[in-house]
Amino acid sequence: MKLMTCPINGTRPISEFVYWGEIRPAPDANTCTDDRWADYVFNRNGAPGVKKEWWCHTPSNTWFIAERDTEKDKVLRTYLHGDDK
Amino acid sequence: MKRLSVMPDEWLDRSRVVRFRFEGRSFEGFAGDSISSALWAAGQRTLGRSFKYHRPRGILSAANHDVNVMVQDGQRLNTRGDVVEVREGMDLSAVNTFGGLANDRARHLNRLSRFLPVGFYYKAFHNKRLFPLWERMFRRVTGLGVLDFSTPHIRTPKRYDFCDVLVIGAGPSGLSAALAAADAGARVAICDENARAGGSGLYQLGGDTARADATRSLLARVRAHDNIRLLEGTYAAGYYADQWVPLIDRERMTKMRAKSVIVASGAFEQPSVFRNNDLPGVMNGSAMQRLIYRYALRPCDSAVVLAGNADGYRVALDLMAAGARVEAVVDMRASVPASPLVDALKARGIEPLAGHAIQEAHPDGRGELAGVTLVKLDGSGRPVAGSERRIACDGVAMSTGWSPTMNLLYQAGTRMRFDDLLQQFVPDQLPEGVFACGRSNGVYTFESRMADGVRAGLAAAAHAGLGEAAPVGVPPEAEAPSLAWPIVPHPDGKNFVDFDEDLQVKDFENAVQEGYDNIELLKRFSTVGMGPSQGKHSNMTALRILARLTGKSPQQVGTTTARPFFHPVPLSHLAGRGFSPQRLSPLHGRHAAHGAVFMQAGAWLRPEYYAVGGKSRIDCIREEARRVRTAVGLIDVGTLGKLEVRGPQAAEFLNRCYTGRYDNMKVGATRYAVMCDESGVLSDEGVVARIADDVFYFTTTSSGAATVYRELSRLNTEWKLDCGLVNLTGAYSAMNLAGPASRKVLSQLTDMDLSSAAFPYLAIRCGTVAGIPVRMMRVGFVGEWGYEIHVPAEYGPTLWDALMKAGEASGIGPFGVEAQRLLRLEKGHLIVSQDTDGLTHPFEVGMDWAVKFDKLFFTGKRSLQILRTMPLKRKLVGFRLAENHSGEAPKECHLVIRDGDIAGRVTSISWSPHVGRYIGLAFLPPDMAAVGTPFTIRLSDGGTVNAEVCDTPFFDPKDERQKEIA
Repeated sequence: MKLMTCPINGTRPISEFVYWGEIRPAPDANTCTDDRWADYVFNRNGAPGVKKEWWCHTPSNTWFIAERDTEKDKVLRTYLHGDDK
Repeated sequence: MKRLSVMPDEWLDRSRVVRFRFEGRSFEGFAGDSISSALWAAGQRTLGRSFKYHRPRGILSAANHDVNVMVQDGQRLNTRGDVVEVREGMDLSAVNTFGGLANDRARHLNRLSRFLPVGFYYKAFHNKRLFPLWERMFRRVTGLGVLDFSTPHIRTPKRYDFCDVLVIGAGPSGLSAALAAADAGARVAICDENARAGGSGLYQLGGDTARADATRSLLARVRAHDNIRLLEGTYAAGYYADQWVPLIDRERMTKMRAKSVIVASGAFEQPSVFRNNDLPGVMNGSAMQRLIYRYALRPCDSAVVLAGNADGYRVALDLMAAGARVEAVVDMRASVPASPLVDALKARGIEPLAGHAIQEAHPDGRGELAGVTLVKLDGSGRPVAGSERRIACDGVAMSTGWSPTMNLLYQAGTRMRFDDLLQQFVPDQLPEGVFACGRSNGVYTFESRMADGVRAGLAAAAHAGLGEAAPVGVPPEAEAPSLAWPIVPHPDGKNFVDFDEDLQVKDFENAVQEGYDNIELLKRFSTVGMGPSQGKHSNMTALRILARLTGKSPQQVGTTTARPFFHPVPLSHLAGRGFSPQRLSPLHGRHAAHGAVFMQAGAWLRPEYYAVGGKSRIDCIREEARRVRTAVGLIDVGTLGKLEVRGPQAAEFLNRCYTGRYDNMKVGATRYAVMCDESGVLSDEGVVARIADDVFYFTTTSSGAATVYRELSRLNTEWKLDCGLVNLTGAYSAMNLAGPASRKVLSQLTDMDLSSAAFPYLAIRCGTVAGIPVRMMRVGFVGEWGYEIHVPAEYGPTLWDALMKAGEASGIGPFGVEAQRLLRLEKGHLIVSQDTDGLTHPFEVGMDWAVKFDKLFFTGKRSLQILRTMPLKRKLVGFRLAENHSGEAPKECHLVIRDGDIAGRVTSISWSPHVGRYIGLAFLPPDMAAVGTPFTIRLSDGGTVNAEVCDTPFFDPKDERQKEIA
């Protein structure tokens, strides 16, 4: 079973976490075309590589960001939202 | 076969004689004997029958690969004789026989083998008409062991364990690795599947005790080391991500989490391939050495050793040390490299026969080994005609090659490289935190293995943050431990490659000829490596054959995937308690006392209805509903998600999360709330109540409670608004008092002003009821005058009791989820996720009014703006069946059919006592949604029922019952 490191609670088994999805910048809802918006809402980039994702440590309800290399199946680092330095 | 005098490292306890039965006959062995060794010591050489041809089989590996020697031990099925310790009173029988081992009626299959060609299953099942015939036959002749259905249900404990460095395999390299890592400060666990540690260091001696002395000294240091735990009789069943390894012993599974894993699991000796290489008496050289040094057993009296490496010479010397006569040492290599081992043999008067092989083994009358035919090989490895020579012997040791035990390395994602000198795969690139040493790393020389262990141990400890990796010199191997072609062709076949599945050389030739020339295809078609030993003694040879037949190198052919588990793990070790949480309402005990029949609702157990003696389920539900409509009922709604948001930007937060407006709400008011996701799909609903300017209390659906709270927390993290979110779901109990008499009941328990003026419909008030602080809302799902009362969870049962008592005179009773579903359906209220699905947006269910586009932003706004401009594809409408409908009624999810095509579906349906008809909700295309439109619903059996679109609510259309009467 994989391990994930919660920035607050430390390294825990992955079964304690839920994955939300990749952080993707939303287009400006007021100016973008319907097609551009639909692309944002429905399409995901599945190509392997380094992704920034929302993860939650469910017992403590701690949301944080994980940078994950989906090609190497490796979590590179985790940090709280806004602590990206 | 004879017991030897006490060997220094034998596993036997000679003070305890063990009596057991095998195939109806009595046997004796010592405590510590395996089933096979005890039988072999007693002269029993046929220990089982092969799977396909039912040929007699004996000991092959004595290392947990002897899958033809599986016995049934009462309720224990398929016990492996070569490794399971014999116990007093065992009553064993060989599996896979018809009428016993000696007179197995299926033994004649051996002569019918040409009618059982490779790919037999594929070919047999090709014909649909004959399928049932074959199926019946296969079911009869296949499968091992007999299941006893009265086997008691047992719970097997699981254990969780942690260490810095886990070493898998306690042979010379593993022990050295453990010591090096432990000396660097690592907490080390070292496991070995054998009953005792030491590995090949204690049995592959070549008649020389120096190796055993060195191994014993390693073992003594390991046992004495404070940082090392030695786990004997424990095997690593698989490798899972981030150094997570299930360890299996006789009692349980231990889930071991390590920081580094060292695979020091050695190598499997591979059988040589010649005609009748499966006769009892023919075995791997290492199997003979195990019998000698572990069980103090001379495996045979006169032996022929088939060698292809230095290990073969050690076997010959070990056999002689055990008192066996070595008739010949036959070396398949064209010339024998000079070595002290060869000199030692020559000194004992044995001249190795280089460039020779065993062409064929000969059975005696019982089908056991009686002799062999030796043959000279030509330059291309083919027998030279006329060179045959027959020798009588009762043992053949096969020592022509190894296959590294790389199962866990493969599972960890190691990239392998085929080494032409070693003639085996070696790790080329190991994943982080995974290390290999010893034979599984391609290191065979005894001293080199220990050095390689030190290297791996230091590296593994360093990876765990302890000490530093250091270069340790490991010299390259001087001679190949494996032959590239350990195969002797024979026109009459029966030269077995896979002993699990009785696959011969010609089966591979035929499979390749039929086009299965890829290793994965070959495996599936021929079933090579698919038996219980999972190819541990056959995959490498199969790969060599395929490489030669297709003109490829072993590297190009590649290997099949090695999946968990390494050995079969008893299901009892795996089965266990589930870890899915179950939530109980604070009122659970009250429900149970009322005879509630519970149903699963998300993580919660909720009362479906309350059973009343002598009444059917449906009558109970209708009675509960009738009570709510005519008197008063009480339902536990504490499973609703209950959240609070506090702070100056609390209203802004809700404005963004829900489709409605909350900034303009008055304190003391509540408002229905709908939540959409980013695509505009309805995701949840509830009620938002404003307790104070900066405090909102709001509910979610029961099933959405956990996920909505989680998602709102995330949004709050992302938006960084000046407000905080509190989950009160478990902290509050909630119940809904509903019915025309509800105000009368409640007024007995509170001095709060319950008049419509002071406490209007949709208001929230804080006060006390029965002396308990409450948050009370005048809302209700069921369309009656009612109060939803929220109290701290610990007060729930007290309030429930007070309300039930106060309502006695009014005929109060509890109602369950089913009655509530009926009552809300009568009001046309939808249930999110029952009457909506993963594509439903608010406009499809008539909730346009709940979507406030004048807000700057809310989740789903942009998508709903697009959806608003598009024509609706479907609409949720009310419908009813004819008043006199009889016969079967439609059910939820039955389809609406128009012109033979699916036009929609029923989402809710129930017979309404208050309307006097079947009523329901259904998705229909907009052109069928007008009131009065007839349509057809198809039942499960294909029959149809006519229905008609109608207005909702079905009952009390003007909602007069929830408001002030007159």
